Amino acid sequence: MSGALLQVEDLHVSFSTRGGMVQAVRGLSLDIAPGGTLAIVGESGSGKSVTAYAVTQLLDKAGRIVRGRIRFRGQDITRAGAAQMKALRGAAISMVFQSPRTALNPIRSIGRQIMDAVGAHQALPRAALRARALELLEAVRIPAARFDAYPEELSGGMCQRVMIAMAIACDPALLIADEPTTGLDVTTQKAVMDLLTRLIAERRMSLILITHDLGLAARYCREVAVMQQGVVVERAPAGTLFARPQHPYTCKLVAASPTLTSTVADLVGGAAASLPPEGEGGAKRRKGDVAMDSVPVLSTESVRASPFRPCGAPSPSGGRNEGPLLEAHNLVKRYAGATAVGDVSLDLRRGESLGVVGESGSGKSTLSRLVCRLIDPDGGRILFDGHDIGAVAARDFHAAPQRRDIQIVFQDPHDSLNPRFSAFDCIAHPLRRLLKPAENDMRRRVQESAERCGLSPDLLSRFPHQLSGGQKARVGIARAIAVAPRLLVLDEPTAALDVSVQAVVLKLLDDLRRDEGLAFLFVSHDLNVVRMMCDRIIVMRQGCVVEEGPGQEIFAAPKAAYTRELLAAIPHVEPEPALAG
Amino acid sequence: MNATLRHAAWVLRGNPVTTLAAAGALAMIVVALLSPWITPFDPVASNVSNALQPPSWTHWAGTDQLGRDIFSRLIAAARLDLAIAASAVGLSFAAGAVIGSFCGYRGGRLDRAVGRMVDVLMAFPLFVLAMALVAALGNRVENIIIATAIINLPFYIRFARAEVNVRRNAGWVEAARAGGDGHASIVLRFLLPNILPNMAVQISLNLGWAILNAAGLSFLGLGVQAPTPEWGIMVAEGARFISTGQWWLVTFPGLALMLAVLCFNLLGDGLRDILDPRMRT
Repeated sequence: MSGALLQVEDLHVSFSTRGGMVQAVRGLSLDIAPGGTLAIVGESGSGKSVTAYAVTQLLDKAGRIVRGRIRFRGQDITRAGAAQMKALRGAAISMVFQSPRTALNPIRSIGRQIMDAVGAHQALPRAALRARALELLEAVRIPAARFDAYPEELSGGMCQRVMIAMAIACDPALLIADEPTTGLDVTTQKAVMDLLTRLIAERRMSLILITHDLGLAARYCREVAVMQQGVVVERAPAGTLFARPQHPYTCKLVAASPTLTSTVADLVGGAAASLPPEGEGGAKRRKGDVAMDSVPVLSTESVRASPFRPCGAPSPSGGRNEGPLLEAHNLVKRYAGATAVGDVSLDLRRGESLGVVGESGSGKSTLSRLVCRLIDPDGGRILFDGHDIGAVAARDFHAAPQRRDIQIVFQDPHDSLNPRFSAFDCIAHPLRRLLKPAENDMRRRVQESAERCGLSPDLLSRFPHQLSGGQKARVGIARAIAVAPRLLVLDEPTAALDVSVQAVVLKLLDDLRRDEGLAFLFVSHDLNVVRMMCDRIIVMRQGCVVEEGPGQEIFAAPKAAYTRELLAAIPHVEPEPALAG
Repeated sequence: MNATLRHAAWVLRGNPVTTLAAAGALAMIVVALLSPWITPFDPVASNVSNALQPPSWTHWAGTDQLGRDIFSRLIAAARLDLAIAASAVGLSFAAGAVIGSFCGYRGGRLDRAVGRMVDVLMAFPLFVLAMALVAALGNRVENIIIATAIINLPFYIRFARAEVNVRRNAGWVEAARAGGDGHASIVLRFLLPNILPNMAVQISLNLGWAILNAAGLSFLGLGVQAPTPEWGIMVAEGARFISTGQWWLVTFPGLALMLAVLCFNLLGDGLRDILDPRMRT
C-alpha cells in the first residue's frame, strides 16, 4: 500500500450538535493510487462529502477527526497544521465544489480568479500569471475573450469549468470533485465531465469523484466505493460493481437507479415487482423492502390493499364525455420580452400520462404552471374537460370549480410545504378551501390520503423541518391527491430526492395513477424517469416542442437531433468497463 | 406546545443574557400590572414635611420635592410607560405588518407608492415628528400613543415588505394557490404567520425605543402632565435638584428607563431563536 497517493485508514469524524455528538464518518478506509479514478457514491447523509472535507481539513468548527489516519504520499497529514495544509491545498490536493456559482467570487473577473489560484503557490510576475491563466482557460475550453467576464455572465457549466481551471492551476496530484455537476443539465454535465476526465488523464492526476449518481460514477471512474452511514460498504471496479453488486445496500442502489430498460417496479427491488393479490389481508406482508426511507412507512402494496379510496367523492364537473381531459392550443408565455413558452399545443386523455422533458430554460416549468393555472398565458387556449379554463384569470382561478381537478406536486419538497403548518395542516388546508368538508370527514380524508401515500399517522403532527426529504415529498403528494383531482401536474417531483427515495416515490405515483385513474403531466429533466412514468413524451427546447411521440418510440428512434443529444448525455449504470482513463 | 417550551428552555439555558433580559422584562410587566396594589406609599400623596429625603429603609429611593415616595412613583410610572409603549408598538405592528405584507406580495405600483411614502416619513427626524404630532393633536395619552405608533410604522412596513418579498415565490405559496387560496388569504394565512418570528424581534427592540420615546416626550412637557407618575416627568422634575446634591430624584427614574430599554432590546435577540421553528428539532 506504500504506493498509494492518498490513504485513509479507519477514519472517524464526529460533529458536535445540540443532540450530542453525531458520527458522520465511522471507520472509513480507502486509498487511491497515482493516476487512479475513484468514485465515492452514496446518498445524502452517507458521509461522502464529510470524508472529502476531512481529507483537506476543511471541516467546519463543529466537526472533528476523532480517530484514524490520513496519509498523503506516505506522509501523515491527519493532524497537519494550518501552514502545512495551506501548502498542500491547491498545490497537491485541490477541490471542485458543487454549485460553482456560489464558489466563485462574484465581484472578481474569472481571469483574475484563476490568476489568484496560480499565484497562491507560485511567485510569478503578473505577465506570467496572466499567460498561465489564459493557458488554463484554453484547457477548459473557455475563449480567451472571456478572461474579464464575471461569474454571473457565464452559464453554470462555464462557471464549473472555471472552477476546474482553478483546481488544476498548480498541477495538483489529487483532485477531489464534490458533486461537480449536480444542478447542471445532462448535456452540460457530459461536457464538464468529459473535460474533467480528459484533463485528469492528460496531467496524470488522480480523481476522487463524490456523487450520488451511480451512472456518473460508472461512466467516469475506474473504481467505485459505495458509502452508507459513514462507512464504505463495498468497493470494486465500476463494471464489476454494477454487474455483480455484493452488498445488499449496493444492490438496492443499483436497482433504484433508472436505466434504459428498467421499469418502475424494477426500481424498488424484486419484492415490490410481484404484487400480492389485492385485498384478502395481504396488507402487511412485505414491509420494509420498499420502504428505504428512514422511517417505518407502509409499503406501497400494503396501502394498495386499503379499502379506502381517498376522497372518492365525484368531482362536481365529473363529465362523462370522452374528449381529451386537457387541451392546450398555441400557448405562449413571455417574461420581459423573452419567450418562455412559444406556441405549445398538447392534449391529454383521461388517465393518460404525458411526459414533458427538457433542460433548464426549456420552458417546461412555465408550461406546467400555465396548465395548472397559476400564471396567465400571453396567448392560446386551455381547455379542461371541455371548459375553457384559460379564460379565467389565474388570480381568480382559486375559486373556479376546476381548481380541485388540477393539482400540482412541486419539485423541492422542502420548499413546497409551509414551515408553520404541520403535515396534517399541509394536507388539510386545500381540503378546507376547496371541498369545505365537515371536521370529522376532513380528518378522515387527510388520514386516508396520507395513508395512501405511505405516511404513517404519527408523522402528521410533525412540522416540515422534522420530516425527511422523502416524507416531505409524500406530504406534497398527499396534499395534491386529497382533493381527488383528475389531473396531477408533477413538476420534477423527484429531482431533489435520493435515488432510493425517488424509486419509492415513483412507484407510489405510478400506483396512484393506475388506481385512481389520474392523468399526469409529468415534467422532468430526467429522460429515464419520464420514459418509465409516461405513455407519451414531449421534448421541449427553448420554449418549443422539438419532438412528440410515444415514450418507447422516442427512446428507440429519436427523430430530432436534440433528443438524440439528450439521450446520449444520460449516464447510465451499465455493467461494462468504465470509459475514463 | 410542550416542544415549544422545551425549546425555549434550551435556548434560555444557552443564553444567560437572554434569560436575564426575559426575567427583567417579565418582572417589569408583572410590576406594572400589579402597580395599583403593590406601591408601598400613595404615589401622588405629597407630604412637604418629608420632602427631599435621601434613600432610606422606609423610602427605598428617597422622596421628591413634595415628599412623595419615589419608589412608589417608579412602580406606578412603569404601568403608564409600558402601556403607552405596548399600545403604540401594537398599533404600528398591526398596521405595518399588513400594509408591508401586501406591498411585498403585490409589488408593482402600490409597492412603489407606499415605499416612497415610507421614505418621506423616515426622512423626518422621527422624534421631532412625534413632538410635532403631539403638539398638534394635543397633550393626551392617546396622542402620545398615536405619535409613537406613526413614527414606528415605517420600520414595520419596510421589515414586513422585505420579509414577504423573499417568500412570495416560495413553493408553498404556489402550493397554496393550487390549494384554492386567493391572494388575500395567502398573505394573511400563509405569509404573515411565517414572518411573525422575525417581526417579534423587531417588536421587542421597538418596545424599548417606544418607552424611551414616550418618556422623552413627557420630559419635554409634551406628554403626560405633571402630577401623574411617569419616568420622563420624574427625570425632568428631578433634574432641577442635581446641582443641590439631591441625586436620587433623577437617578432612579433614569435607571428604571435604562433597565427597561436594555431588557427589551436584549430580549429581542433571544425571541428570534425561540420563535424560529427551524431551530427546533
